[in-house]
Amino acid sequence: MAEVTHVDGAHDAHHEHHKPSFWSKYVFSTDHKMIALQYMFTGMAMALIGGYFAYVFRMQLAFPGASIPFFGTLSPAAYNSLVTNHGTIMIFWVAMPVLIAAMGNFLIPLMIGCDDMVFPRVNRLSYQIFLLSAIILIISFFVPGGGFGGAWTAYPPLSAKAEFNATPFGAPMWLIAVTLEIVAFLLGGINFITTVMNARAKGMRMYDIPIIVWMIVIASILFMCSVGPLIAGAVMLLFDQTLGTGFFDGTAGGDPVLWQHLFWFFGHPEVYVVLLPAMGIVGEITCTFARKKLFAYKLILYSTIGLGILSFFVWAHHQFISGVDPRAAYLFTTTTLLISIPVAIVLFAYIATLYGGSIRFTTAMLFALAFTGEFLLGGVTGIWLGSSGVDVYLHDTYFVLAHFHYTFVPIAIIATFAAVYYWYPKMFGRKMNETWGKIHFWGTIVSFNGIFIPLFILGAGGQHRRIYNFQHYPDLAGADMQDMRVFATLSLIVMLAFQVIFIVNFFVSLKRGEKVGNNPWKANTLEWVATSPAPHGNFGATMPEVYRGPYEFSVEGREEDYWPQNEKPSES
Amino acid sequence: MAHEIIATGRSRTGIPTGRLAVWWVIGSEILIFGGLISCYLLNRFNHGPSWSVEAANTNTFIGACNTFWLLTSSLFVVFAHAASEKHDAKKTRIWIWLTILLGGFFMGFKTYEYTTEIQHGFTLFTSNFWSFYYTATGLHGFHVVCGMVIMGIIAENDIKHERNWHRVENIGLYWHFVDIIWIFLFPLMYIAK
Repeated sequence: MAEVTHVDGAHDAHHEHHKPSFWSKYVFSTDHKMIALQYMFTGMAMALIGGYFAYVFRMQLAFPGASIPFFGTLSPAAYNSLVTNHGTIMIFWVAMPVLIAAMGNFLIPLMIGCDDMVFPRVNRLSYQIFLLSAIILIISFFVPGGGFGGAWTAYPPLSAKAEFNATPFGAPMWLIAVTLEIVAFLLGGINFITTVMNARAKGMRMYDIPIIVWMIVIASILFMCSVGPLIAGAVMLLFDQTLGTGFFDGTAGGDPVLWQHLFWFFGHPEVYVVLLPAMGIVGEITCTFARKKLFAYKLILYSTIGLGILSFFVWAHHQFISGVDPRAAYLFTTTTLLISIPVAIVLFAYIATLYGGSIRFTTAMLFALAFTGEFLLGGVTGIWLGSSGVDVYLHDTYFVLAHFHYTFVPIAIIATFAAVYYWYPKMFGRKMNETWGKIHFWGTIVSFNGIFIPLFILGAGGQHRRIYNFQHYPDLAGADMQDMRVFATLSLIVMLAFQVIFIVNFFVSLKRGEKVGNNPWKANTLEWVATSPAPHGNFGATMPEVYRGPYEFSVEGREEDYWPQNEKPSES
Repeated sequence: MAHEIIATGRSRTGIPTGRLAVWWVIGSEILIFGGLISCYLLNRFNHGPSWSVEAANTNTFIGACNTFWLLTSSLFVVFAHAASEKHDAKKTRIWIWLTILLGGFFMGFKTYEYTTEIQHGFTLFTSNFWSFYYTATGLHGFHVVCGMVIMGIIAENDIKHERNWHRVENIGLYWHFVDIIWIFLFPLMYIAK
């Protein structure tokens, strides 16, 4: 460690001299942008695995018993394992790393105007633990007995005893991987929160912080406050699995429903942990491409805080048929309906932002607008399921599945694409191809609806979630129902095929994309002050100072329709 | 490490970054232990009489001794902090090592306690009370050991550079937290019979 301490603005000059090796630049880097890219690429790789799993089990549902191209025939046990790990991967190893860790790492220091996270080495450790957890999960697919197949919620007794789940190694490995992943995000979250609290640029007051930074910080706090009991629960479940204790075993005096409470006390806030960064991304992009000030910044902020607090009082709406007292169900129905209000406020504020703006339909903007529309569908069906009376009928059907995919796909897929198209120039100094981007957009959105609209109908028709082969159930084996399953599966294949366009576009644009300047979208926030791609230390010799809020678009009397946060007032 | 990060030196809240982070760590730890203790309490309320019979077998005397060691060690870590404020490296080091020594007493008594309990047939699997007992006190013991290791590193390594002395205060905060968890566990596991 260098013995000298530096003050703001005095960038370390001697560091520029020695060229870092491949390992220290790409693998063991402490630079927040490199760690963000590591998280992003790991998340993208895991998304491919999760997408492949979805392809395999959807093929089984559409063409039961047939040999699946690129896989072979699927056994019931492997089906369970694929479904379980699809859910686990998409939430813990795709949505979390890409939305919170990659976006948080990349944007927070750039947007608040500092050179790195306050704890760069903790940041690196966080990624390494995360990578370890991903490796453990992947190995668990290949151990004797195969990967864990007790659903991503891991309810005991199925998850607690190898004699029930038949995965003596897969189940504990799954649990260890999830716990390590949680530890990684606790480290990252603490880093995010302290960085935003302590390392903001000179002049950046509370209401000058871009809304996405607020959202990531609130999400990190939510994660931290909700995950503690689950860590305790995971230790208890691990003891049940491996040592033979009876914490969740009814016959030994334990209580299996206790796990459900611990899991959903985390699991429901977790939905908002990934939702908030996505909403932040959409807010930033909507403003920039509507060329208008964000509508009701403070209302959005306070609604989000209210949403965060409310999210701790809704968890039992997942357990309406688990023997929860009907009086408690009534309370949880009420809180669940209440929580839709702050979410709706934020989405409607975005729609109001569009009103009277001069909208530019870039690919990023298209994805952002699609998020607002598609997420609304997911949110509205959530109100049905949150009402205990309706939920008793729809519980564990494909209606639930379609509902949460209408929330999670906009969050983890659509908003992520919006973010990649929007911040790609800052990451790599070039733009992605807009034409191919728009083709990718329409292909993704249309096929996404093609998958899940039939599943809503099937679910309302009584199709249960966890069935390997519907042909075994006469009520569910009708030709009309099977046609819808085939349609959904074909839509999934189309959706996956369109992702090839994205991947090719992504990697070709690295070399051949149009070179752009520091601020291709003419946006106001501080990350666009840094050169593209931002160098080590982000802002060079002088750190930026902040003079105004992040969304001063189309201010009257100014020649330009944007007004960067760091521009000195006298220059105008 | 190549160079000093500007971000780490900034302090917009006025609280040093390291201390702020320790508070957030403590916050997340409270939720982990909070979850565990809540589960224990819910079970205890549901199975009152049968768990009280089991709880009667814990050794209150050793628990009390351990409470005494931990509370005293918390006092010592405060002395260490006070000495570091006075820029007295030697005294800081001595007080930290005394804190570690008392942590060692705690772990030693705990080892004896676990051994005798297991010899009397009260293992992790005897009943759910004992499962909770070993999990909660074990997790707490793990935190004690971690604290001792970190204090050892601070006393032998970080003490050399005065700019790292704020770590004495940070580990003190953590150590008080470990202490407070024990203050919850002691009545719940040893006194309530």
